[in-house]
Amino acid sequence: MKILVPVKRVVDYNVKVRVKPDQSDVDLANVKMSMNPFCEIAVEEAIRLKEKGLAEEIITVSIGPAQAQETLRTALAMGADRGILVQTDQTTEPLAVAKILAKVVEAEGPSLVILGKQAIDDDANQTGQMLAALLGWPQATFASEVKLDGEALEVTREIDGGLQTLAMSLPAIVTTDLRLNEPRYASLPNIMKAKKKPIDTKTPDDFGEDITPRLQVLKVSEPAKREAGIKVENVTQLVDKLKNEAGVL
Amino acid sequence: MSVLVIAEHDNAHLNDATRAAVTAAKALGGDIHILVAGHNAGAVAQGAAQIDGVAKVLHADSEALDKRLAEAMEGVVLSLAEGYDALLTPASTSGKNFMPRIAAKLDVMQISDIIAVEAPDTFVRPVYAGNALQTVKSSDAKKVITVRPTTFEKAGDQGACAIETVDAGTPAAASRFVGEELSKSDRPELASAKIVVSGGRGVGSAENFAIIESLADTIGAAVGASRAAVDAGYVPNDYQVGQTGKVVAPDLYIAIGISGAIQHLAGMKDSKVIVAINKDEEAPIFSVADYGLVADLFTAVPEFEAALKG
Repeated sequence: MKILVPVKRVVDYNVKVRVKPDQSDVDLANVKMSMNPFCEIAVEEAIRLKEKGLAEEIITVSIGPAQAQETLRTALAMGADRGILVQTDQTTEPLAVAKILAKVVEAEGPSLVILGKQAIDDDANQTGQMLAALLGWPQATFASEVKLDGEALEVTREIDGGLQTLAMSLPAIVTTDLRLNEPRYASLPNIMKAKKKPIDTKTPDDFGEDITPRLQVLKVSEPAKREAGIKVENVTQLVDKLKNEAGVL
Repeated sequence: MSVLVIAEHDNAHLNDATRAAVTAAKALGGDIHILVAGHNAGAVAQGAAQIDGVAKVLHADSEALDKRLAEAMEGVVLSLAEGYDALLTPASTSGKNFMPRIAAKLDVMQISDIIAVEAPDTFVRPVYAGNALQTVKSSDAKKVITVRPTTFEKAGDQGACAIETVDAGTPAAASRFVGEELSKSDRPELASAKIVVSGGRGVGSAENFAIIESLADTIGAAVGASRAAVDAGYVPNDYQVGQTGKVVAPDLYIAIGISGAIQHLAGMKDSKVIVAINKDEEAPIFSVADYGLVADLFTAVPEFEAALKG
């Protein structure tokens, strides 16, 4: 069984992004980029399934600029077997990404695709669900536990108010939530080994997909800043302020 | 222009987030219909018919729709989509789960988690964990949108409109509901509570979280937590407030032992009044708090609770 794990190169989650003065976008010049944290969890889960003998091969794919190759190398260093880079400098929206991934799935024939539930740049939370729809596959989003027994997949999901467990047969789509696992760090020997693992480079044209964005970004602005209020001396003063000044108690 | 709002509910009760989605739909203009897709959810359909601004309720009933799983929702919504210029649903875990499937099948780029409608084709949505706001114009003929419920007023009531029964459609693929484990609580729901009391890593342990819960119960508040507290195992993940958890905007948000990481602030900074109790006076949470108290939470919180009881 093959597992496909799409990964996205995004601004590192520790970076506080700033909006450009001309409001055209956020400023990503000289900013640290990393693998999207939810994608890391997806890579980790695939590796764990392989380590349990439930999968033979893990293929990782990234759609983005040439530097997305580094993101693929990270996945390979963690334990993925080979990579596919679909290279483009154009903005790729989730719909375009899902269409390309559907073609990759057709070509590679994985039984399971594990993706992060959302990327921490556009926060769209769509790609996995869109891919499932395009393929006509069942989906288990926001997974906190994945159990695989042959073709039978059972996934526990993080939903509003608690947890939900779904069952489905492969092929299927899983998207990861935070508590699914804690991704490993790649060891130095594995980083060295990953340099020799194959990465196949393609372009969106190879898949015959039109990736023209459907959304035009008119403006990127700073959210309204919240001003710091006052420090109160003690609990009595706090209660007084909340009752008499703010009127919320 | 006609808009279909897909209701959020549990077959028994209509979730208030639906009312926020109706308000967003009003900003688009045109007739508003609501789809109540579920199983034995007649009461929800009747509730939806009384939301101000709604011209018609479409009620789809089938066993497959009982838990509103994504594949079944895709079937029913797609069978209705042709008649509408825009489809909206709250950006809950349920809406986030099924809506992109519908967008993909309609060949539409979904506009996720909108916080404002600028024009019928132009919307504002937070990106980068709320550190930036993006204004986007959609070129798709049909709009597929999820709505952040906390940023839109909840639509009020009207005299009931008509309810029409519609076909439940065919599920797009097979997934089966096995079970669920919902947090049982008499407390208000986190996403819609007027007051939220949240604890962070500073609370120190799952046992100590009783301090937070006790204060919450005294003032009728929901209980939340930072991601750090969830990661440390003090509370379940559905307590999590933040970019990767729930986004809340109560009248009063009390952050206790929470340092105020960017990702937490993204989930609560739209609260009307923010109180922070933390012993570290340098904690970033104080930069957004209306009232900050630099104190040890283990003495300040019980004292606070006693003062409110008295």
